[in-house]
Parts: sequence; C-alpha cells; structure tokens
Amino acid sequence: MRSKSFSIADLVRKQIFIPIAALLLLALFNLIADPSFYKISFGYNSAGNPVLTGYLMTILDYGSEVAILAIGMTLVTAASGGQDISVGAAIAIAGSVILRVLVGRGGSGPMQRPVILAFLVAVLVAMIFGAFNGVLVAWFRIQPMVATLILYTAGRSIAAWINNNELPIVTDESFTYFGGFIPGIPIPTPFFIVIICGILIFCALKFTNLRLYTQAVGINESSSRLNGLNPEFIKFLSFVILGVCVAVVALIKVSRISTINYSVIAKDIEMDAILAVALGGNALGGGKFNMTASILGAYVIQFLTTTLYKFNVSADALPAYKAVVIIALVVLSAPTVREKISSLTKKSRPAVKGVS
Amino acid sequence: MKKKILSLMLASTMVVGLVGCGGSDESASTSAPADTATEAPAPAADDAAAEEEAPAADDAAAEEEAPADDAAAPSGDLIKVGIINNDPNESGYRTANDRDLKEHFSAENGYDASFAYSLKNDEQITAAQKFIADGVDYLLLSAADTAGWDSVLQDAKDAGIEVILFDRTIDASEDLYAASIVSDMEKEGETAVNWLKDQGLSEYNIIHIQGVMGSAAQKGRSGAVDAAVASDGWNLVVQQTAEWNAEKAQQIVQSVIDAGTPFNVIYAENDDMAKGAVAALDKANISHGVGKDVIVMGFDCNKWALQELLDQNWNYDGQCNPFQASYIEDVIKKLEAGEDIGEKTIIMDEKGFDATTITADDVESYGI
Repeated sequence: MRSKSFSIADLVRKQIFIPIAALLLLALFNLIADPSFYKISFGYNSAGNPVLTGYLMTILDYGSEVAILAIGMTLVTAASGGQDISVGAAIAIAGSVILRVLVGRGGSGPMQRPVILAFLVAVLVAMIFGAFNGVLVAWFRIQPMVATLILYTAGRSIAAWINNNELPIVTDESFTYFGGFIPGIPIPTPFFIVIICGILIFCALKFTNLRLYTQAVGINESSSRLNGLNPEFIKFLSFVILGVCVAVVALIKVSRISTINYSVIAKDIEMDAILAVALGGNALGGGKFNMTASILGAYVIQFLTTTLYKFNVSADALPAYKAVVIIALVVLSAPTVREKISSLTKKSRPAVKGVS
Repeated sequence: MKKKILSLMLASTMVVGLVGCGGSDESASTSAPADTATEAPAPAADDAAAEEEAPAADDAAAEEEAPADDAAAPSGDLIKVGIINNDPNESGYRTANDRDLKEHFSAENGYDASFAYSLKNDEQITAAQKFIADGVDYLLLSAADTAGWDSVLQDAKDAGIEVILFDRTIDASEDLYAASIVSDMEKEGETAVNWLKDQGLSEYNIIHIQGVMGSAAQKGRSGAVDAAVASDGWNLVVQQTAEWNAEKAQQIVQSVIDAGTPFNVIYAENDDMAKGAVAALDKANISHGVGKDVIVMGFDCNKWALQELLDQNWNYDGQCNPFQASYIEDVIKKLEAGEDIGEKTIIMDEKGFDATTITADDVESYGI
C-alpha cells in the first residue's frame, strides 16, 4: 500500500508523466468512441510501393515535423529561457534554398543536383539564420521572442526572393521519398528521420556535456559563468542546433508536395513546437529539460489534430476544440500544478500509513 | 567597456541609417523643385523598398521621368497613377496581378506609376493619403479590408482624383469611385458546380476543402457547393478548411481515406489544396482524373495546375482572373476622353477549364 501511493506521487512528479497521460487519455477516448481508429491496413500506393495506412500511421507521419523541431526548441528554451518564433519562416527559407539548388532559379523539372547537396546547403543556410538569432540573443541580450520576431517578419519574403518569387516544382519521383515512402519500406520516411534525429541528440546528451551545460546556463547564468562555462556560446549553440532541425523539417515539407508556397508552408508551426515543449512539462523559463517528453508532446498534438479530423469537427470549431484540450494539458503540465498534485498525494500518504 | 563601445556603434549605425533615409527623401523632393506633385515617387519608393526590389527600381525610373515632366504636370504626356496593392508575395495570383500592372502602367505606355504594397488596411490608407497629397491623377486600389475607406476616398474626390478599385470591393458609397473591376466569386463557384452537375455522376460524394474561412473567394466558391448540396441532394463526405494550405488538405483527405468512407469528387478551393489532396490519393493508390475514380477540381489556374489538366490527372480548374490592368486602362482611356463608362462594377470574364478540352495554348496564355 505504502509503496503504491509513493509510486503515484513519484510518477506525478516525473516530468514525462504528463505527455504519456495525455497520450493514454486520447488513446482511450478513441478506443471507446471508435475502435476502428487503430486499424492499420496494408496496401500499395500509385507508384506500386507497399504502404501501411491508418490513423496511427498518419500520426507518426505528420507528427514528425513538430517532433524534430521540438528537439531544437527544447534546447533553445532550456538555455535562453525564451522561444524562437521564427522557425516557420526559417523553414520557408531552407525549403526555398533546397528547391533553388535542386532545379535552379525559377526553374521546374527534374533534379539537376543531388538531394544531399541541396540538403547540406540548406543546413548551412538555416544554421546561419539560427546563428543570427543566437548572436542577437546571446551577445546583444535581446529577448528571444523579440530577436526572432525579426526573422519571423522578414523570413517569408526572403524565401520568396531566393527563388525570384517563382514556385519551382521538382518532377522526380525520388524527391518525394523524404516526405513519403521509400520504395519497399511501408512505414513513412519522416518517422525514420525522427528516429535518426532522436538517436543523434540522445548521443549528444549522453556523451557530451551539452545537457549539463545547457541546464546550468538556463538555471543560473552567472553561477555557470563562475564555474568556467561560456553562457553566450551555449545559447548561441542551441539556436544553431535548432537551425539544423529547421533544415531537416524543410526537406520533409518540400518533399511532401514537391514544391513550396512561401506564405503558407509551415505556417504557425512554431506555435506547435513551443506547445510540444510546454506539453512535455518543460519550464518555459529555462533550466532543466526532458527531451523525450518534448518529442512525445509533439505526437500528442498530432494525435489530437488527427482525432479532431476523424470526428469531422466543423472547420470553424476546430481551433476552439484544440484550444480547450491544450489549455487543460498545459495547466496540468505546469510545474506548480504538478507540485500541488504530488503534494496532495503525499499528504494522503501518512493517513494511509496510519491506517495500515 | 566592450559593451559600451558596442552600444555606441549600434546607436551610431541607427543614426546614420535615419539620416540616410531622411536624406534620400529630401534629395528626391529637391531634385524636382518645380512641382510638388513630382514628390510622388519618393514615399512610394520608401514603401516599396521595404517589400520588394522590383518596384523600387520602377520608381527610380519614374523619378528620372519626373523632372522632365515639370511644367505640364496635370495634363502632361504621362498620366500619374498611384497603385495600392497587396503584397505580391501573398500568392501566385498576386504575383501575376502585380506583374500585369507593372507591364501595363509603364513609362512607355504613357504612365507615371507609383506602387505601394501592404496587407494591412491602415498602411494602405496612409499610402492613399500620400498619393492624394502628391496629386496623382488616378488612384488604383486593391483594398486589404472592406471597411474604413470613406473619408480618404472623399479626400480623393475633393482633390479631383479618380479612384478605380480592382480585385477587391469596399463598403463605401458608389459616388466615391469611378469604377470597380472585380472577379465574381459566386459566379466562379457556380460555373464550377454547373460543370460538376453536367458530369452526370450517379452519386456525388464530395470532399470539400475550403480556403480561409470568411475570405471572399471562400464564401463565393463554398456558396455554390452548399446550394447544390441542398437542391440536388449531393453528399458532403467532409467539409473542412485547409486555409489554402496543401499539407492541411493532404491531412484532411488522408483522414477520409483512413476512415474508409467512399468519395468520388474533390472540390478544392485553390490549386495548392487540390495538389495536397491528390498527394493523399496517390499515397492510397486511388486513381484520379479523366475517366478515373475521383474527379479533382481546383481554382486559380496556376500554370502547373493547368498542366495537370492537360495530362488528364485533374478534371477541372476555375479561373480567377488576375489580369485587371487592361480593364483598368480601358476605364482610364474612357475617363480621359470624357466618355461615360456606364456600369460602375465591371466583372471580368472568367473561364473554367475542362481537362477533356484544354489545349497547350490555354496553359500558356491563362496559366499564372
């Protein structure tokens, strides 16, 4: 009895509890409302490749972009205590760069250069824009949200300018693999990309001091400086890493439709990415973070979106439903509320102990 | 110390920047001292420079033209027009629209055009006030919002400036403008729906993907579908907004496919969303196009979309005509000649293309 109640309090205090609880709740709701939600069927797409389809695959597929962004956003949040709101615009820029390298300025047609080259150039460009934000935040000490507002405002125009305001279209089938399926593998490619990114960041956190340094800077900048860290560089680094994430997402996004629309590509995705970090129970004021929880948070958002689409919620009401669920989740995942809940369970513990 | 130097540098850069801006304004107005009206290009250049390179270049050309124009300003060779438009980056439609206007209202065609771009109503109104103060002959306006234009258009009228609305209408008295050249979105929707009716399908199970709710294009294009659903007993499998966004459209169609609900028509309110929907169909190996399982309909006539029609992957594309410049020029010529323009609201010809009848020439001439 005692160990059980102890474990509940412990569980509630664990950061990863909230996204998992939210996922289970949504899963349970769908199970009761309509079990066919979990049906996954095997078929072939129009190119003749095997694919798995079903709501769960859709969630894995479309949740991936936010999951990748959540990795970078978590680091930025932890180190700088603020959020980058320019990722949507930066994705437009990186996507525009990819298409520019692939088919040339204003062109359409088959790829003229390998995708890997286009991707690397996009990574470089996205890192430069990330570095721009990083410099403003780290050395000029501008509030992250204000600093990134610059790129948020200008980014989509820059993206349009890169391709001379034309909309290049890539006609190669192979370019669609990154946002679709690799022939012979029936699981959507973006999910594999998330796994690769996840492994990379896991290794970085495990084998380098990235986690320790980032948290130290986020918790107390001056004491981390006294301990020989360079807080400016850590903040700068987190924005550059987010830049890499942006380029990866841009590749998936442009691959999905083989073209780009500067004004709507990745629109409002920054809000979803920040939300994923919040749902993961991370303090938005910086400090300690849990990467797995953030990534799970991204899939919770997509789970919710897909559920709403499934139940055919009318277009005008969709954002309202989403808002209600999200308010509940964010309030629950707020550190103060979790502290309260766990203290409540703790209070009940001595009573239980007394009876037994 | 470092910080101090840095902040000093920043401050001085800002000051230099400010002085620079002021200087260019001044030089523009002093270079053309004969007539206050020649100041027009300067503020426009300011506005435009923030948006895009091209218009700034245009204005530079106009500026060169201005001094030559000095004595004969009001009834000189060049007709001064102030053009207020939405940001050309907004969409392919707007880009085509802006290009068309620039081509028509060039110095070679006898116009001295100044451009101002904004997606915000208040900034557009400020630009209009500038143009009025600069004494343009014609004010061409594609308003970001329908409300709030009465007083500024009254000012224009008092100053003897003719206002011509294009693309967007406003909530103001008809006396305040000379003409309004618009697309009839309701008619676009009706043309498309009538085409769909003519297909004579045994049943209509429609996935209706809407644009941003409340926009004129969405209302017009949705209205016709809703009417047909009510009168002809068509079945809407899903009616959902994808906000002009291809990926959202893809998700919506994906969701219907996952649910296993049968459907045979996709009515997307623009080409991008139709493209997203088709991507979902391809993924699930559902055939689409002429003589296939699913009919795909789009709007706006992008060049690539018409190409899809030509390849028979899509069935229908409705035009939303961005080429208003020739209509506007027509009106200006009539006004200059003192003729009556008749009906104030001029509705442009708009076509609907069918994949079975479209030709390669159509793709070239109507694609945007």
